[in-house]
Amino acid sequence: MKKFIVRRLLLGVLILFFVSMIIYSVERSLPTSYVDAKARTMSQKQGAKPYEQLRAELNASYGLDKPVIVGYFVWLKDAVRGDFGDSWVWNQPVTQKFASVIWYSFALGAMAFLLEIMIAIPLGILSATKQYSKIDYAVTVFALIGISLPSFFFATMLKWVFSINLGWFDLYGIVGRMHETLGSAGKLLDMAKHMVLPVVTLTIVSIGSLMRYTRTNMLEVLNADYIRTARAKGLSEKRVVYHHAFRNTLIPIITILGNMLPGLFSGAMITETLFQIPGIGYTSYQCLIQGDIPFTMFYMTFLAVLTLLGNLLADILYAVADPRVRVN
Amino acid sequence: MALFGKKNANYISSKETKRISRENRRVTGEIEKKRNRKNIPESEYLTRMKNPANVVEFDDVHTYFFTDIGTVKAVNGVSFEVPQGKTVGIVGESGCGKSVTSLSLMQLVQRPQGQTVAGEIRFNAGEKVYNIVNTPTSVMQKLRGNEMSMIFQEPMTALNPVFRIGDQVDEIVALHNPSMSREQVKERTIEMLEMVGIANSQGVYRMYPHELSGGMRQRVCIAIGLACNPKLIIADEPTTALDVTIQAQILDLMRSLKDKINSSIMLITHDLGVIAEMADYVVVMYAGRVVEKGTAQEIFKTPSHPYTIGLMRSKPVVGKQVEKLYSIPGKVPNPINMPDYCYFKDRCELSCEKCGGRYPGVIKLSPTHEVSCYRYEDRREAGWLAQVELGASGRERQQEEKGKEGARHE
Repeated sequence: MKKFIVRRLLLGVLILFFVSMIIYSVERSLPTSYVDAKARTMSQKQGAKPYEQLRAELNASYGLDKPVIVGYFVWLKDAVRGDFGDSWVWNQPVTQKFASVIWYSFALGAMAFLLEIMIAIPLGILSATKQYSKIDYAVTVFALIGISLPSFFFATMLKWVFSINLGWFDLYGIVGRMHETLGSAGKLLDMAKHMVLPVVTLTIVSIGSLMRYTRTNMLEVLNADYIRTARAKGLSEKRVVYHHAFRNTLIPIITILGNMLPGLFSGAMITETLFQIPGIGYTSYQCLIQGDIPFTMFYMTFLAVLTLLGNLLADILYAVADPRVRVN
Repeated sequence: MALFGKKNANYISSKETKRISRENRRVTGEIEKKRNRKNIPESEYLTRMKNPANVVEFDDVHTYFFTDIGTVKAVNGVSFEVPQGKTVGIVGESGCGKSVTSLSLMQLVQRPQGQTVAGEIRFNAGEKVYNIVNTPTSVMQKLRGNEMSMIFQEPMTALNPVFRIGDQVDEIVALHNPSMSREQVKERTIEMLEMVGIANSQGVYRMYPHELSGGMRQRVCIAIGLACNPKLIIADEPTTALDVTIQAQILDLMRSLKDKINSSIMLITHDLGVIAEMADYVVVMYAGRVVEKGTAQEIFKTPSHPYTIGLMRSKPVVGKQVEKLYSIPGKVPNPINMPDYCYFKDRCELSCEKCGGRYPGVIKLSPTHEVSCYRYEDRREAGWLAQVELGASGRERQQEEKGKEGARHE
């Protein structure tokens, strides 16, 4: 197992090298350029240097005059030392900006993730054990509604019902108007209250696929021979489903959950924008459209690392759940 | 392909399907409702054995599957009994209802589509006699694995892949012996593993199913089946997935274990060799009905139903030379909309005019030998058909020799 993990980590480093190279190349070839936009605004000021000259100067100072490959290695040389540079848009170190926004997204993602697991898996099992019953159909319809609703539409509906008509929550923002006057516990509660609608949105739209997936797997497992053996032993239906069948259903679900790990940090761009939560989704989108290469590079690489770790984690958990794939 | 041409026998319109499935839901819903009542009184499912020396009596059992294209009568009026301490072999082609008969006895038929709709299955559990058809699930759970147990046909898939062998055997021991401590349970498990001939029992206890071979897994399945000294062991093709040497070992093992704990075996197989080796009584099934039953001696010496004769002839015999192994012509009829005449008529080489009539009744050829065939209506002496069959094989032999001569000429 140790050997397997080390090999996978080494392989991950290699993959990361190529992934970041591709991301950098794509960044450099984007039609939006931070430098162009900056040069244009500067050249419009009175007594400024002409646009071409400004652009050349700025390009040199931002390191964009070098060819793509060279530029990449310059970035890489600093990045491996932990120096990701300053964000061009935010005028502060990339990691600092990142640390200030990531926790909003993480809280959002983690809560939605937990709720999703807590709702989708039991519902999936329920509808599988009562296949073709009214409960099964109800759950399926609910799941399909969740899958097919676009998050912007659903979020708007939620706002209309709970913020405008009922007035329970603020329309948007992460803090209320009286935030500064509250104590530290009150501040936290205030933020939590502002998270409710975004979390509900994220949960409802993502619940369907996991629920359906659980249901399909559970059905397959329930038809397996060893489930009949378990029943033939005289075990109660509860034990058959939640002990014998569930462990087998977990195996494919774990893979999915492992792949969802990066999702916790990637932020939800649409939902964050709709609710004006200053999370990573919102921030990285701003950076991307303005061509902020250092920030986007850091963010994308970070996601790539998470994806690789998520896959590794899924494989390890897979071995925990399924003795057949354990590597000796 | 006649996509728009004349309808084939299996064609069914979507309207019809809908009607059938609605009807099915109604029927199965009613049965399920009746079954899922709380606190079913004992009087509804306790009964008496016709003969107390039997462990199980099947009495006109009907198990149907309500599918969207019609009702499949998988078991259609099966009656036979399993005496205490004896082995009863059930033979028949694939799909003739052998497995469903045994699953009905365990109440393991896939519900709600599969239901035992009529008949009685009386199970003698010692002090009480249960009519399995009406027994509620909670009571069944006490019988399953404890009083009756089942060894399934696929050892490769019958064990849960994610649990250790020890845990899976422990589970059944602990379930039916709640007073045992964990150490006692483990002790019993190890003892069972040793009893079924697993030498490295301590090691196997800690192993997962995928680390064992098919024969070893079948042994584990048998250990699970025998762990609580059941009165009845249902072995559903226990050796089909195994190679011949392991087969013999497993059969020997089952026989010796049966004697050791003095239980009965219901042996389901399509392998006549296995039946000859093991069974005291034989039940021959065809298309969900018993066509012939009797002691092993009677069935093998004087097979009487044309189907049984066909089965015997399609078995290769060592030392007998045949050009081509006999096979019964045709195939099992469509289980939906069975005809009302003898189900075997269309494949039978010996069918006569009378066979077009209603399904033949049971005719006793001897106190233990029964057959359902019009051929015996007036000729009660057993085994005359066997003579006919001998004549037939004689003819074959002649043809064979002719064929050889022909080959020589060429």
